[in-house]
Amino acid sequence: MALLEIKNLHVAVDDREILKGIDLTLDAGEVHAIMGPNGSGKSTLSYVLAGREGYAITAGTIRFQGKDLLAMAPDERARKGVFLAFQYPVEIPGVAGMTFLKTALNALRKERGAGELDAMQFLKFVRAQAKRLEIGDEMLKRALNVGFSGGEKKRNEVLQMAVLEPILAVLDETDSGLDIDALKIVADGVNALRSPERAMLLITHYQRLLDYIVPDRVHVLAHGRIAKSGGKELALELERKGYGEFLGEAA
Amino acid sequence: MASSIDTRERLQSVTDQAYKYGFVTDIDTDVAPKGLSEDIVRFISARKAEPEWLLAWRLKAYRHWLAMPEPIWSHVKFPALDYQDAYYYSAPKATDGPKSLDEVDPKLLETYEKLGVPLGERALLAGVAVDAVFDSVSVATTFKKKLEEKGVIFCSISEAVQKHPELIKKYMGSVVPYADNKHACLNSAVFTDGSFVYIPKGVRCPMELSTYFRINAAKTGQFERTLIIADAGSYVSYLEGCTAPMRDENQLHAAVVELIALDDAEIKYSTVQNWYPGDVEGRGGIYNFVTKRGACRGRNSKIAWTQVETGSAITWKYPSCILQGDNSVGEFYSVAVTNNRQQADTGTKMIHIGRNTRSRIISKGISAGRADNTYRGLVRILPKAEGARNYTQCDSLLIGDRCGAHTVPYIESRNPSARVEHEATTSKISEDQLFYCRQRGLSQEEAVSLIVNGFCKEVLQTLPMEFAVEAQKLLGVSLEGSVG
Repeated sequence: MALLEIKNLHVAVDDREILKGIDLTLDAGEVHAIMGPNGSGKSTLSYVLAGREGYAITAGTIRFQGKDLLAMAPDERARKGVFLAFQYPVEIPGVAGMTFLKTALNALRKERGAGELDAMQFLKFVRAQAKRLEIGDEMLKRALNVGFSGGEKKRNEVLQMAVLEPILAVLDETDSGLDIDALKIVADGVNALRSPERAMLLITHYQRLLDYIVPDRVHVLAHGRIAKSGGKELALELERKGYGEFLGEAA
Repeated sequence: MASSIDTRERLQSVTDQAYKYGFVTDIDTDVAPKGLSEDIVRFISARKAEPEWLLAWRLKAYRHWLAMPEPIWSHVKFPALDYQDAYYYSAPKATDGPKSLDEVDPKLLETYEKLGVPLGERALLAGVAVDAVFDSVSVATTFKKKLEEKGVIFCSISEAVQKHPELIKKYMGSVVPYADNKHACLNSAVFTDGSFVYIPKGVRCPMELSTYFRINAAKTGQFERTLIIADAGSYVSYLEGCTAPMRDENQLHAAVVELIALDDAEIKYSTVQNWYPGDVEGRGGIYNFVTKRGACRGRNSKIAWTQVETGSAITWKYPSCILQGDNSVGEFYSVAVTNNRQQADTGTKMIHIGRNTRSRIISKGISAGRADNTYRGLVRILPKAEGARNYTQCDSLLIGDRCGAHTVPYIESRNPSARVEHEATTSKISEDQLFYCRQRGLSQEEAVSLIVNGFCKEVLQTLPMEFAVEAQKLLGVSLEGSVG
């Protein structure tokens, strides 16, 4: 059974069709990249997977671990192991990063029938993960994403992913706005989370990220459809030729 | 959209939950006839075997009250109060007062149990003394001994009238005069009980003092009166918290709290208020018209008010500080939550009289449903308040698009050396924030609670630890069903 199976997915926003029949299958252990020009529907796909309101599913199905993902509320999806690293992480004033992580982790552990971690265990676990992403205690004490630089926000998203240990991780333009050093740190963090049980969907505009996180499959999304799929070499080809070939064929 | 309809339905089911603390204890009460008159004032005074001077004071207040206009300047709406359609005295039957917990009506103890009042050993472990007010008469006061060793007096006002008349005579009405406002005036005439605290010179009160109020008998207005005196160099932290049973009629609650801090003394007064707010249409909630004021009489004295207001149909409350002593400090930290049809008009007054007096106001208003939330604050710097400073921060958070938030700051400075700062913000809980939290596994309610607690953090962290935990939970519960 595939971990994630998207079939003929059609999505409209305010009566305008954005996704026009997506088919995509991810197996456990796989990393797929979705590339495409601006406005091709990449972020829409990530939000639909996470269950954001405002997107009308007009046709198609999404099955996650064999279950109907679209029937689940956003928090239920999260507790079942779907994680979205946001392109624009949201500020939550007054809520320390550490508090947020703990609240989220306990919500997940409750779902999984595990008890709440005690404070010492939790601290140790988070610090180990944070260190790899060069996140210090000071940053964990600050209000979530408030006044964070672009790089700090993205590293913090990957930290949340590391702590929440999802089954399916969708990374929406996690590379955007990062300088090369920050990109390496984030990529190392993501690579460390690759595992045979976990699937990842990398949504990116640029091939650059894929130098550091090498995908098993690459898909090109254009005009709401997957226009082409291939191995990692497809990304290099896109880098060379650009998206012109796909922009031409208007829907 | 399918998912949003689903969300709405789910939220509706949460909103429909009955008020969690709505239960009524069936207990014999000794009730005065309905209505208000000089006879009732005399009846109350007689039942309490009060000295002549106190009855005279009550009557003076009553006669003044008759001619006094209702305060109409606040941003709240409600039908005119019918003062004759209420009871002004009701007391649990044990008139002689119990000698120990064994003598207390078991049903009463059960009520406290439901409320989580830590009496007996639980209280000892928690380090909290409880002067529990059931309706209008104190029935149990714990830890008196431990406090007595330090010379701390913590008892009901009625008891203090009998045992410490000189303190009552000297201080009662000295911060809130009987003619202060219509509600305080009524309280002065008909107050039935409340708490009295005296901390002697140089004593740091060994425990947090705590009182749980609970309105129980139907149609009994509650008129508590609290008086706290911190003598020179002393310190006390006082906690007040309350929940009330479900009621159909509006219940008037007009309390008066007076604090007096002498030289180098400090009083910290914390409140968590969760009275019945009425149903979603606002029917049956409590009217909370309270006058709270502290006088920093001595040099270097300090009074800090912290309040978390989540209940009542209408809240009309301005815990204030009169900064009389040089270098005295007044603080006001407030969280006011209004949901459904609740209305709150709350804030503070900082009156700077002495030199180098400082005040700090942090107010967090949260409005959801169709509620209205007003911050009203006065900072007054008098001519002699050389070097006075005030900092005010007023933040409003809106949930949904049918509620209101209003900020009404009054600033009067009559000393050119004074510095007054005022900052205000208004924000909304955004869809983005909610979605972000839910994507991390938090339910809608958990997400709202987390965001609101973050918004209120600066205030919550001024509360004593156990109280802060209770307050955090309360904020979540109060806003259940507010997002949809």
